[in-house]
Amino acid sequence: MHALAQPESESAWLSPWRRLRRDRIGMISLGVVLAYFAMILAATLDLVSRDWSREVGVPYASPSFLGRQPNPEASPAEGVPRPGGAPPDLSAVDPLAPKYAEWARRTAELKSGEAERAASLPWGGDRWGRDVLDKAIKGSQVSIAVGVAAALCATLIGTLLGAMAGFHGGRADDLLEWVYNVFTSIPGILLVFALAAVLRSGWLGKVFAEGIWMVVIILAVTGWTGMYRLVRAEYLKHRAREYVRAAEAIGASAASRMFAHILPNVSHVILIQLSLLVVAFIKVEVILSFLGLGVPVDMVSWGTMLAEAQTELVIGKWWQLTAATAFMAVFLTAFSMLTDSLRDALDPRLR
Amino acid sequence: MVPTLAGVILLIFFLFRAFGGDPAEILAGQVASAEQIEAIRRELGLDRPWTAQLWIFVRGILAFDFGRSWITREAVSDIFLTRLPATLTITIPIVLLEVFLALPIAMLVAYFRGSLLDRLATALSVGAMSVSFLVYIIVGQYLLAFEWGLFPVQGWGDSAWKNLLTYAPLPVLLAALVSLAPQIRLYRSFFLDETKADYVRTARAKGLSEPAIMAKHVLRNAMIPVLTNVALLLPGVFAGSFLLEIFFSIPGLGREVYLAVNRSDYPVIQAFTVYLAVLTMLVNLAADVLYRLVDPRIQFR
Repeated sequence: MHALAQPESESAWLSPWRRLRRDRIGMISLGVVLAYFAMILAATLDLVSRDWSREVGVPYASPSFLGRQPNPEASPAEGVPRPGGAPPDLSAVDPLAPKYAEWARRTAELKSGEAERAASLPWGGDRWGRDVLDKAIKGSQVSIAVGVAAALCATLIGTLLGAMAGFHGGRADDLLEWVYNVFTSIPGILLVFALAAVLRSGWLGKVFAEGIWMVVIILAVTGWTGMYRLVRAEYLKHRAREYVRAAEAIGASAASRMFAHILPNVSHVILIQLSLLVVAFIKVEVILSFLGLGVPVDMVSWGTMLAEAQTELVIGKWWQLTAATAFMAVFLTAFSMLTDSLRDALDPRLR
Repeated sequence: MVPTLAGVILLIFFLFRAFGGDPAEILAGQVASAEQIEAIRRELGLDRPWTAQLWIFVRGILAFDFGRSWITREAVSDIFLTRLPATLTITIPIVLLEVFLALPIAMLVAYFRGSLLDRLATALSVGAMSVSFLVYIIVGQYLLAFEWGLFPVQGWGDSAWKNLLTYAPLPVLLAALVSLAPQIRLYRSFFLDETKADYVRTARAKGLSEPAIMAKHVLRNAMIPVLTNVALLLPGVFAGSFLLEIFFSIPGLGREVYLAVNRSDYPVIQAFTVYLAVLTMLVNLAADVLYRLVDPRIQFR
């Protein structure tokens, strides 16, 4: 950090960092979260889990550490026995008869080999024999990306509106308070459902048919209100402070006072709320994807894994459930505890 | 309240108008001629200016007549009224159970604050909160109902008592257990705030035992934030149980909205959103009034 060059004036972010460094739980959580982000980065760059959708094992391959287990679902179903004897010669009446020779030749040119399928995978396989561990890593990438992107969008909306309402007051504040009241008077999940219905069947659904943007929009539009409330309160408090009035006296514009002067002074509040939003949004994304309203079907997230796991559990295949749960629980626990430590480090008075 | 309600109506109306699909095309289905679509459009009033459409919408809300579901042709107001009891049958016991379980545990944890028990409870609740609610339902339904047969796996009947005593216990138990951890953490902080107050010091000074202080003085004062929190929980009574309803096939409001989303059944979604917003506002108003009765110091501006 640049403050290192000037030891006499400690940067606003250096002392919280020092406090965080002393917090053992906080540092462990930070390590876990960073490990997850490294894993996501690797997954995004296709270094790991690139082939998560390839069917590498037999259906419901059991985890390697269990050793060989009876796996009746893997063996192909006993079909109808084929009738014996040579087929009757129909070439005289069959209009396609002249083409058979050519088709046989072209079939010979193509190679179709039965891919080698493993009987067991490190943490088992799903219904199509895809590696559960790969899916969990890819699912982490998608779920966390949705949570972080949605939290950033909600923060942007909430901060902008909150800053305007709190800083300007008067008419702008009344109007935005009305909007806030409208959004919070609708039970959250209903707003999510209404948005999901509208976006899925409307024209935006065609624009954002692929990728995670649909969920991100739904979460951001429904989740900005808490941030708005906090930022508005902070701006109300700060706008009359001396440093802001001093900035006004030397001719700083309203926008400059809002974003160059006040914003850095309330950024710790925003950062803490942002990390709380990440946790909340990941939980909602998992539920939405579980219900089929989240990420598209060609993607995997913790929620879609849990959706598959529900039916798998009934036939005793618990590996997908445990993998998704463990990946999610470890991340969310670490992230929540990091948020707690961040709050202590950034705002020691709040303890 | 009136401006907020107007805002909700405007929001829902313009949300569906601006971003939703064309109702006539959704209603007509995949194979429909242009004339058919045109006819439906006329019937719904879609060929008129948007102000006229907004008026149709507002009139529907005020008259409690939202027309019929696009898919099942059932009157939307009927759907609403017939699904509400099932939802309340599971959500009201959930709220009661979680409050009355969390209170004594939180008091106990606050009493032993800073001890191993306290830290253990805190760590446990952080971990418990990080596991998705879905996992609790999936595993709970599988183990308690499917494997051990303690409860029916899912179902719902016509008799209110049978529903409450046979089908509701498992979902209620799961939801209450899951919300227990955050509730305990919250109530613990309420109790801890009170233990620093002057009246606690006075009580100690006159020689009262710690349990007596906790049960008599702190509990009473901590009830005020607890009640506020219960008031915050109440709106969830109407839609908070949608996951349970989906998993346990309970014909409630939440499951109905979910089905409507999957079928693009706009009238049902719109009506439910507006009416539940109204109900939420009314419950909040009632909670404010109650709050004033409990604590006479509170004044309304």
